Amino acid sequence: MTDAALPTAASGPAAPAKKSLHVLDARTRKRNAAERRFRIYGGCAVGAGVVALILLLISILSSGLPAFQQTFLKAEIQLDAKVLDPAGDRDPAKIAKVLTFSYSPLIKASLTRLAEDLKARGAADVTPQMLADMVSGAANAKLRDYVIANPDQIGETVAFEFLTNARIDQYLKGKVTRESAALDSKVDVAQLDAADALIASGAMEQRFNWDFITAPDASENRPEAAGLGVALLGSLYMMLIVLCLALPIGVAASIYLEEFAKKNFWTDVIEVNISNLAAVPSIVFGILGLAIFINFMHLPNSAPIVGGLVLTLMTLPTIIIATRASLKAVPPSIRDAALGVGASKMQAIFHHVLPLAAPGILTGTIIGLAQALGETAPLLLIGMVAFVRDYPDALPGGLFEPATGLPVQVYNFTQRADPAFVERASGAIIVLLVFLVIMNLVAIVLRRRFERRW
Amino acid sequence: MNATIFFVLLVILAVGGLLLGRRKAVAAAGGDVRQLHSLVAYHGWNMALAAALPGLGVLAIGGFASTFIGLPMAVIFTVGLIAAAAGAGWGWMKIHRDFRARNSVETMVMGLLIVAASVAILTTVGIVFSMLFETGRFFSQYSWTEFFFGTTWAPNFRGDSDLGMLPLLWGTLYISFIALAVAVPIGLFAAIFLSEYATPKVRSIAKPLIEILAGIPTIVYGLFALITVGPLLRDYFAQPMGIGDSASSVMTAGLVMGIMLIPFVSSLSDDIINAVPQSMRDGSLGLGATPSETIRSVIMPAALPGIVGAILLAASRAIGETMIVVLGAGAAARLSLNPFEAMTTVTVKIVSQLTGDTDFASPETLVAFALGITLFVLTLGLNVLALYIVRKYREQYE
Repeated sequence: MTDAALPTAASGPAAPAKKSLHVLDARTRKRNAAERRFRIYGGCAVGAGVVALILLLISILSSGLPAFQQTFLKAEIQLDAKVLDPAGDRDPAKIAKVLTFSYSPLIKASLTRLAEDLKARGAADVTPQMLADMVSGAANAKLRDYVIANPDQIGETVAFEFLTNARIDQYLKGKVTRESAALDSKVDVAQLDAADALIASGAMEQRFNWDFITAPDASENRPEAAGLGVALLGSLYMMLIVLCLALPIGVAASIYLEEFAKKNFWTDVIEVNISNLAAVPSIVFGILGLAIFINFMHLPNSAPIVGGLVLTLMTLPTIIIATRASLKAVPPSIRDAALGVGASKMQAIFHHVLPLAAPGILTGTIIGLAQALGETAPLLLIGMVAFVRDYPDALPGGLFEPATGLPVQVYNFTQRADPAFVERASGAIIVLLVFLVIMNLVAIVLRRRFERRW
Repeated sequence: MNATIFFVLLVILAVGGLLLGRRKAVAAAGGDVRQLHSLVAYHGWNMALAAALPGLGVLAIGGFASTFIGLPMAVIFTVGLIAAAAGAGWGWMKIHRDFRARNSVETMVMGLLIVAASVAILTTVGIVFSMLFETGRFFSQYSWTEFFFGTTWAPNFRGDSDLGMLPLLWGTLYISFIALAVAVPIGLFAAIFLSEYATPKVRSIAKPLIEILAGIPTIVYGLFALITVGPLLRDYFAQPMGIGDSASSVMTAGLVMGIMLIPFVSSLSDDIINAVPQSMRDGSLGLGATPSETIRSVIMPAALPGIVGAILLAASRAIGETMIVVLGAGAAARLSLNPFEAMTTVTVKIVSQLTGDTDFASPETLVAFALGITLFVLTLGLNVLALYIVRKYREQYE
């Protein structure tokens, strides 16, 4: 009996009763301390991961959220018929011929009135030129679009809101200080004073800016007017292509591999291939797109069709892996039952197995689409970084016209010199993340609601 | 004839076949569909597929051939429609009481499934051949020894460039090393904590949170490196210590990439640790080992091959990662040990050589394909090795 040995050893006269179950010996204490340390390391590692996630989100949100707010200058514009419609017959074709440049005097005149108004209220010396410098360079074009859309307003005085330029906007958001403005050639301190006065008088205000989401990109020195419209449309087109191609091809390939393929050399090759394609760096798919779709098949550069095809090839392995897993999860008894009542193998799969696997397939597809939506590197290589200001046409023609994608637009913004584009880039990331969160939530809800345990 | 007309006519042929086939099948059975071998629907589908598949097949083959011999598209469309009509006619003729329409449809569907499954192979073949072909052109203009062993990277679009790959490879490996040095300990400890210590509640919160990191697009990490981590490292580490004054550096890219890789290492290791049989834990704990001793001397040795596989997969991700290094690592190709200096990687240079106005005859552009195939071979090797190790390990317990 081993139990009997212990008391004898402990109570033996030679060994004084040093050891007790109530007092831990040095070695046990050391081991327990090591245990605690080890546990703390683990906790710290999990904590580090979570903290990194939080820091990442805080950094992007704090620098990106201001992009949705923009500073507007309100002014009354007299739409002078002599300038805008010299012929006087309100013919839209003739109005459209008036150059953007001709709208400047109208804006200047209205700003002159605004400056006098400010002076009358005792603001410091505000010159009309100063106000004109504060307005975004995109103002003329915006006014012109408005007039062409509403020719009946010519001759009237309308209240109009102009974007202010990025420096004034950034000053009101606290990013440009008086010290930095003093060193900046694009803004001077007097303008900042004027901006304060305008805010106080209510002629200038910050509000939500839909144009950031809907407007096309703007040139290098007009960050305030840059928007995501073309990028969103381009991303939408590409996602449609990915959905229409990757889902059927992926499901068909999975059905073949999972249900029909005999175990032979070829199916082994295909299997190894798919698992390797899932791990090939995304930029390699970009090289493939450039070499095959553009240089060899002569599809147009920077078009959503090429982007969509490349992203389809990239997403296929994800969808195939997810589909095979959900086909595998359907128990064989379902197939056997169908075969037992006389269905052919194809009928058993298409009528019974596939519908039961559909929720899993859809979940995998949505996750694959979310991956494709955020992918940037391959799109850089097929020319989607180009500066595109025109919206692509409606489908299907728009697939062959230049567009950008949301993540590429972010990259594009980061490559520009003006610091105001950093805010734009982070804002675009927020839009991207919102889409990703929605897609993943849909996938989670689908999984929760329809997932079956057999 | 243009694409729209072609597709409209093809759809008309197919849908017409679907309807006409059904009708003729019913007529062939004399109104009593029980007389037919196959269900009525299969006769319709047989005709529709017999029309659509030849049409699309001719379009695919003709489109491929026209890039070599310059067939006008109108000819391809016409031939395609003729083939489709012939197919529909064949389907029409075949309809008979004893015709095995279901078997015929199933054969055609099977063909479609096989074609879909071979898209994966075609992609790989496309990748390898497109890069091999262009790389061949590159090496006909530039010596391969200088490319693989050259230590200066100085492309010059007027010609006479130095295109040595070593500085790029060094940057890639250095950044990947730092990324792994961040991701492996954190990911591994996180996996151990989540699988061995965490209560189910903590696990159900912490695991998804960490996995969110895997779902974030790399451009987001790139921007994080560019606007937050880079300036932070420069202002608080590099400049005060006097070892660098660039926001984009090996350290910036490595750290951020490490964060990106944490969920990779942790979720793969988590699976592997969970796959170690519970009896091994119980045996060790029963002998009096503490949980950490059990992990160190029983679980880790058992899971080691799988974990090595996971680390190799993470390394392959790190080497192929593009956006983080494009935005975080800089563009200067140099061989240096200082992690606070800007360096560049293979992927950054692929992007910079292939974007903008490119001339596909000059070595400065073609070098991107040689870099691409190097990258492909490198990552493929790591993946194959990792899969091999993981598979071999799995066989031990299942």
